[in-house]
Amino acid sequence: MDAWLRFRKNRLALIGLALVLMLVLAATLAPWLALHDPTRQSLIEKRARPGAKYLLGADEFGRDILSRVIYGSRVALLVGVVSVLIALAGGLVLGTAAGFTGGWLDTVVMRVVEILLAFPYLLLALAIVAMLGPGVLNTTLAVGIWGVPAVTRMVRGSVLALRETEYVGAARALGAPAPAVLRRHVLPNVLPGLVVYATLFMANAILLEAALSFLGLGVQPPTASWGLMVSTGRDVLLVAPHVATVPGLAIMVAVLGFNLVGDGLRDALDPRLTTTR
Amino acid sequence: MLTFVTRRLLLAVPVLLGVVFVVMLTIDLLPGDAVTLMLGEHATRDAVANLRAHLGLDKPFLVRYLDYVGQLLRGDLGRSFQQNRPVAAELSDAWPATLELTIAALLIAAVVGIVAGIASAVWPNSLFDGVARLFSLFGLSMPIFWTGLVFIVIFSLWLHWLPVGGTGSLTHLILPAVTLALPSVAMIARMTRSAVLDVLREDYVRTARAKGVGEVWVLGRHALRNAFIPILTLLGLQSGQLMGGAVLTETVFAWPGLGRLMVKAIFARDYVLLQGAVLVFALAFVVINLIVDLSYGLLDPRISRQG
Repeated sequence: MDAWLRFRKNRLALIGLALVLMLVLAATLAPWLALHDPTRQSLIEKRARPGAKYLLGADEFGRDILSRVIYGSRVALLVGVVSVLIALAGGLVLGTAAGFTGGWLDTVVMRVVEILLAFPYLLLALAIVAMLGPGVLNTTLAVGIWGVPAVTRMVRGSVLALRETEYVGAARALGAPAPAVLRRHVLPNVLPGLVVYATLFMANAILLEAALSFLGLGVQPPTASWGLMVSTGRDVLLVAPHVATVPGLAIMVAVLGFNLVGDGLRDALDPRLTTTR
Repeated sequence: MLTFVTRRLLLAVPVLLGVVFVVMLTIDLLPGDAVTLMLGEHATRDAVANLRAHLGLDKPFLVRYLDYVGQLLRGDLGRSFQQNRPVAAELSDAWPATLELTIAALLIAAVVGIVAGIASAVWPNSLFDGVARLFSLFGLSMPIFWTGLVFIVIFSLWLHWLPVGGTGSLTHLILPAVTLALPSVAMIARMTRSAVLDVLREDYVRTARAKGVGEVWVLGRHALRNAFIPILTLLGLQSGQLMGGAVLTETVFAWPGLGRLMVKAIFARDYVLLQGAVLVFALAFVVINLIVDLSYGLLDPRISRQG
């Protein structure tokens, strides 16, 4: 496992790992960590400043911001993980099919992928969510679908390169059926790149979910989503800036964590591509 | 040169048609219906059917697609359901504001990102390099709608230096443009650093230095010219991302551009308007990439414009 040794020596990557673990802990232990009910409203205490009772203050409806940030980690992680799975599944199937079979299938898939990739990411997700309607499930779908073209291109690229290697040629010459060649020789070699990609994609998926929810097209109230919390806080920005700014910090920390881990994994798995020279 | 431009523009036509096809197909395949939304839940079945026929939504998908493309060829973008105005008029009201914002952001991103990236590469692992890399890490991780709000709190609320939102003067442009530019500054700085570092390790740079060429000349004449190719590609890609980011920035700063129009169109399920806005964004993206490709030839005579 020299990949892990290389990863362990990378201080930034370890900080990222700590941030990601913190996020996972917050999401799993939310009911025990949160001191208040994230949906309990209290009109007397609305927009309360950070203090002894509400460590990070209260929002427009007097709800405890810290508890909502903790519960928000569940939405961020859920949407992130599921959309990554959607993107990986879609991309793997399309990319392998295009790269391995070639021919007209490859041409058609790659043309569509190029068109979709040429599209600014937020606009594509917006277009999808606009049709599906808002909500946690639809947001997840939109973020996942948005990721499919990029994964497809990556997988197809590696499959194309692997198809030409000698050991794949040898396996086929020995009469191994195509599915077996794919499973035993091609896919295991696509995997490391995919892991890096999935981690960096997590960061972008969290950002995208937050952006969609901020616009009011993602997760709907009263669910605690960080993007939605920033959006609610925006209405009282000038009287109570903490309502909008605190949840945004949570987004940044989560995204930073996944970005650092992704960079670290890339450097560890493929030393030739090192960014931190 | 001219044939190259014409060819590229012609090649853009199938891409744009493809974009329209994908957008319309998504609208068609997925649940959620404009007509029910416009008339409300309690509309009679007749009323729904009438409006649907009036808007042409009762026809099969391919017929509607060909109708729309035919309309486009005649220069007609259709009428907005909600505003009952020509889509072209809505779009032409909005696009100058978005153009102003994205160009300002692109300029900031290019200048700050490239200068910071070069400085990082020339003095790698220096204090400046460390700070710049830390900054780009944060720049890539901050949601821009949040950055915008934080800027408003600091520069408008606390310092009273700049207006909260809206348009009018150059001071209105500063906060939205900087907000929109930040993630791109980070990307460009990262990319420039690694591109310049790569070039500085090339043999011809060592040869130039061995000949006694001054460091400034080495950098300007040999290193940067070659490093600019990948940077330029990234600039093209970033301008696409800037258009996406403009949706958020325009919402935060109440900037009356295409992004806000698009969000409004989505909320109103105004598909004709939405298609028009998407088309303008896609067209802009094609033009930007054409400009990027043309400038490759200017930077590097080896890249012919025949391809």
